[in-house]
Amino acid sequence: MEGHSQYTPKSGFARWLERRLPILSFIHDSFVAYPTPKNLNYMWVFGAILSFMLVAQIATGVVLAMHYTAETTLAFDSVEKIMRDVNWGTVLRYAHANGASMFFLAVYIHIFRGMYYGSYKEPREVLWILGVIIFMLMMATGFLGYVLPWGQMSFWAATVITNLFSAIPVVGTSITTWLLGGYSVDNPTLNRFYALHYLVPFIIVAIVALHVWALHVTGQNNPSGIEVKDIKRDTVPFTPYATLKDGVGIAAFLVVYAWLTFFVPNYLGHPDNYIEANPLVTPPHIVPEWYFLPFYAILRAIPNKLLGVIALFSSILITAALPWLDTSKVKSAVYRPLFRKEFWVFLAVCIGLGYLGAQPAEGAYLWFARLFSAYYFLHFLVILPVIGRIEQPEQAPESIEASIMRGETSHV
Amino acid sequence: MTSKDAAAKPAEPSRRDILYIATGAAAAGAAAGMVWPLIAQMNPDASTLALASTEVDVSAVPEGQIVTVKWRGKPVFVRHRTPAEIKAAEDVPLADLPDPEPDSKRVQKPQWLVVIGVCTHLGCIPTGKEGEYNGWFCPCHGSVYDLSGRIRSGPAPTNLEVPPYAFLSENKIKIG
Repeated sequence: MEGHSQYTPKSGFARWLERRLPILSFIHDSFVAYPTPKNLNYMWVFGAILSFMLVAQIATGVVLAMHYTAETTLAFDSVEKIMRDVNWGTVLRYAHANGASMFFLAVYIHIFRGMYYGSYKEPREVLWILGVIIFMLMMATGFLGYVLPWGQMSFWAATVITNLFSAIPVVGTSITTWLLGGYSVDNPTLNRFYALHYLVPFIIVAIVALHVWALHVTGQNNPSGIEVKDIKRDTVPFTPYATLKDGVGIAAFLVVYAWLTFFVPNYLGHPDNYIEANPLVTPPHIVPEWYFLPFYAILRAIPNKLLGVIALFSSILITAALPWLDTSKVKSAVYRPLFRKEFWVFLAVCIGLGYLGAQPAEGAYLWFARLFSAYYFLHFLVILPVIGRIEQPEQAPESIEASIMRGETSHV
Repeated sequence: MTSKDAAAKPAEPSRRDILYIATGAAAAGAAAGMVWPLIAQMNPDASTLALASTEVDVSAVPEGQIVTVKWRGKPVFVRHRTPAEIKAAEDVPLADLPDPEPDSKRVQKPQWLVVIGVCTHLGCIPTGKEGEYNGWFCPCHGSVYDLSGRIRSGPAPTNLEVPPYAFLSENKIKIG
């Protein structure tokens, strides 16, 4: 998108560099002059928060790697050594572990914001799909990292997740053996998980760069869902407006992150992960980290191994098809009276699945998990396509400027 | 060759096209050959493949007890079944089983049941003497196994696996 101002190199060095590598004007166009819709609300700060969290996780992760040992007889003790002996080790490890939770909290708000305001719709389909890829890579990284402390939950999470692939007909068992490097989770598994846990975040960095690139080609969506028509009237420059607002968002987010890290660092963890991995004893009640619970509930809701695994992967992949499943031409839920209500039902179902994923898979819990799983898929495959056809959208304003003139400054 | 020439000529394969295809195929084959070690290195290594067998002395296992031994990194359950348990396992109609297998096919001596203690659903270790049939119950996702280690309910698709084993003597079992 065309920006608010043009970069003109001032110093001799800047002029020299600009002719050889125009990186300064690129930064200016992307992060200073870049036009952001005037009416963005605080739901739009999570992109910046996620960028911050990615850097924070890589920074804390690299320093933890300097003290961690990926060997089954030493891994658990090396983590305890980080906690007791390494300078600031307690803070670094708690910041990294809770950082994963905060990263997922931010990404879920970011995703649901996109769903509410129709951010996935034309022309932002590629931007959305890149986001789904980033989310899946985040899940992989979170899972791989959870295995490293080599506690009971680490070991059994690794066992259950790698065994998901054994559901594939014919080649499933061979794939699981290949992933594990053996017939059960053992030293080769831990070693490769460590290597991959270090690698995947940098792949995420690369996909995030594509995600931001795609964003800067189409421009941001906004609460009214109306495209920018007049850069001067509808937008403000990224700096200082968005940079400072993002700064406020990050500061507020850090308050929660710091509270978790310093006051209740084990609140989101499972006590069994402070018991060293034992391949001969499965803990009586195994649960994944909170950010995987809704998907875990879907897996357990289906009393058939292969279908359960298919449902689990489908529940994530189906979001990539959202731009084509939602048939409504109107982007923002603000002007969609039916979808505006159904969205909250869907959100409640997702949170409900999260609750059920943490409960034992029996009795009423199991039936609610089945009901909610069915609704989850119906939402994407039936409800969204149908609502788009039968709904009478409300009259949207002409432009972002007109939306603000109507008094619609915020739609939170 | 300019695009004009290409448009003028009909697409007829020439000697040069064959050379291009052959070169491309050779390069693709070489690339696949180079990638193969990168993928194959993840499979079990020689030390993991060296199948150690395990010998168990079961003379100290009283009737009704289960012992767990480790074989290939996995637990193996050796269960000394009581006459009542044997009868219960043998009396189950095959029609009641999701993975039908008679008890006699799963044991060498009826009083000794030897099964790999890994749930066939997602690899957790079931707990013994629990569940509806007093066989095993998997705490992870609720699979229930009977006194012959056969799946009765829950998401697991197949019965607990019977490892290769042999009785070396009256009270000695060699697994593997």
